[in-house]
Amino acid sequence: MSEGTLYDEVWDRHKVTTLPTGQDQLFIGLHLIHEVTSPQAFGMLRERDLQVAYPELTHATVDHIVPTADQSRPYSDDAAEEMMAELEANVREAGIDFSDPASGDQGIVHVVGPEQGLTQPGKTIVCGDSHTSTHGAFGALAFGIGTSQIRDVLATGTVAMEKQQVRKIEVTGELGEGVEAKDVILEIIRQLGTEGGVGYVYEYAGEAIENLSMEGRMSICNMSIEGGARAGYVNPDETTYEWLEATDYFQANPERFEELKPYWESIRSDETATYDDVVTIDGSSLEPVVTWGTTPAQGVGISEPIPSPDDLPADKQETARRAQEHMRVEPGETMEGYEIDVAFLGSCTNARLPDLRRAAAIVEGREVHPDVRAMVVPGSQRVQRAAEDEGLKAIFEDAGFEWRNAGCSMCLGMNEDQLEGDEACASSSNRNFIGRQGSKDGRTILMNPQMVAAAALEGSVTDVRDLKEVTTV
Amino acid sequence: MTTDEIPAVESVSGTGVPIRGNDIDTDQIIPARFMKVVTFDGLGEFAFFDLRFDENDDPKAHPFNDERFQGASVLAVNANFGCGSSREHAPQALLRWGIDAIIGESFAEIFAGNCLALGIPTVTADSETVETIQEWVEANPDDEIDVDVAAETVTYGGTTADVTVDDAQRKALVDGVWDTTALMKANAGEVQKTAASLPYVEDGERA
Repeated sequence: MSEGTLYDEVWDRHKVTTLPTGQDQLFIGLHLIHEVTSPQAFGMLRERDLQVAYPELTHATVDHIVPTADQSRPYSDDAAEEMMAELEANVREAGIDFSDPASGDQGIVHVVGPEQGLTQPGKTIVCGDSHTSTHGAFGALAFGIGTSQIRDVLATGTVAMEKQQVRKIEVTGELGEGVEAKDVILEIIRQLGTEGGVGYVYEYAGEAIENLSMEGRMSICNMSIEGGARAGYVNPDETTYEWLEATDYFQANPERFEELKPYWESIRSDETATYDDVVTIDGSSLEPVVTWGTTPAQGVGISEPIPSPDDLPADKQETARRAQEHMRVEPGETMEGYEIDVAFLGSCTNARLPDLRRAAAIVEGREVHPDVRAMVVPGSQRVQRAAEDEGLKAIFEDAGFEWRNAGCSMCLGMNEDQLEGDEACASSSNRNFIGRQGSKDGRTILMNPQMVAAAALEGSVTDVRDLKEVTTV
Repeated sequence: MTTDEIPAVESVSGTGVPIRGNDIDTDQIIPARFMKVVTFDGLGEFAFFDLRFDENDDPKAHPFNDERFQGASVLAVNANFGCGSSREHAPQALLRWGIDAIIGESFAEIFAGNCLALGIPTVTADSETVETIQEWVEANPDDEIDVDVAAETVTYGGTTADVTVDDAQRKALVDGVWDTTALMKANAGEVQKTAASLPYVEDGERA
């Protein structure tokens, strides 16, 4: 078992006791809730006449079902309105802070937590959402839980869990032009597989990770779960502290920053820490990665050929054949030139301000391909305002993108933003599962935000590095 | 309620249903559009919906639509079943369709945890064993298969195969402590002590 890692330190500090099942009871420092997975848990609490134990450590927002166009109440979708009303009633009754649309702080839960300074190193963070792994970017231990566990956390402030192994993933070298955090994590998943991380927590380290912004680190930790790892983290460093210091919480409580910093320093993995596994990936050799299939592990460098199922390990062949049939791709071809109908720039993976800035730099002065429906869905209202203030909205709209309000949107199609029929979508989101974007015949190609921008302009999957050489009109 | 009232799940018996394929994700088990609900009631009819029905909602060939497997309670699946989202709606839909135990090559962690919270064992075996069970179920849809959580075996026809049940899962199910709320609530004093020892937790302060 691992020793001296951040995971070990944070686990030990939060362990309450060992339960009769052999699982540990773990104290939860931040419980984020949203409208899809929490109503049933509040229902279970009411059935048992239990109260929320730590409302002050709980924070709510609304993201999955929120419309990104007309947000006037009641929502035009009755089911969405019912879910929203249920959440409003639950948080009011329990006294839980709610970043709702009227607050100006609403957004995707994994964008909201960090930007408000709620996400901090050394916290245990849970949410009924698998992409809770995002918060590990700050050196928190953060993982998704199911609704019965939400009930446990609401009622007791704790979860029952077994400790896992720790795999260190060291990404060496410098990332090349057009290559982003998204490409790093897609490559990691391609190499280790969608189930490679089951039983593990991932520690991301190495020069390429240390050089990433907090937003880049969030993109990587976000997709840990696509590699089977319930949690992933980066040790906190000066980049982390600088980001935290600028958040509301620490701007309002500067003394807390100084008080907590020693704790954050103390939980970093020791130089002498032992890991259950170590994997090294050469970051300097990467190119932009795009998916050709229907799992996030089915990715390929933009200039590389799509693999033949026959050349894959035996247990991957059938899935690959079905994926290639669904996506209508042929082995030996590259993904370059694959025609798209929709470009989606959004999601908890890639809808933060720097993501939008990089995409806007590609889009500026150009036009979206006439056959493409392109949309930008900022990760939060704060991101949206900041992007509007610095002119990004205008750049996107001038090019022909729709500029929407914040939410999960077309990442999973729980609101009106969905693919239709067999549309193909260049998407900055995290899952290319069949049916994920709202149409069971829809086709999703995952890629980084600059690549989404390039695909929107060209009408097909394009190497953004080539596009940059085109003279801007 | 006390933990004494929670039933133990030592074994599950019933007819089987095979769902073949690796990496069957939660979006396939329950598409997101069916999650626009505030209770889990009625999710059973939407299990595997997009694989079971065409665009006109007419049924397609799928084990969950197959007459032979109606009433089945033991699901046999392959590798990395339940990968993807944390939605408890996925095991809730399977449970409400009638599934009480799942045999597979491997399971995504959050999915397996969600199953445990509902008292559904997720037992694992190598691919050869699982495929043999899937073939047997197809040939013998009316015969019972017994998943013995305590003994870590699956018995079908005259054959008993060894399977693996995660230690904590086995203990939780066999001892009937898989519903953890009451168990953990009883430690409220210890929880408060742990909270007080953490530098970031302030009394009554939001942080």
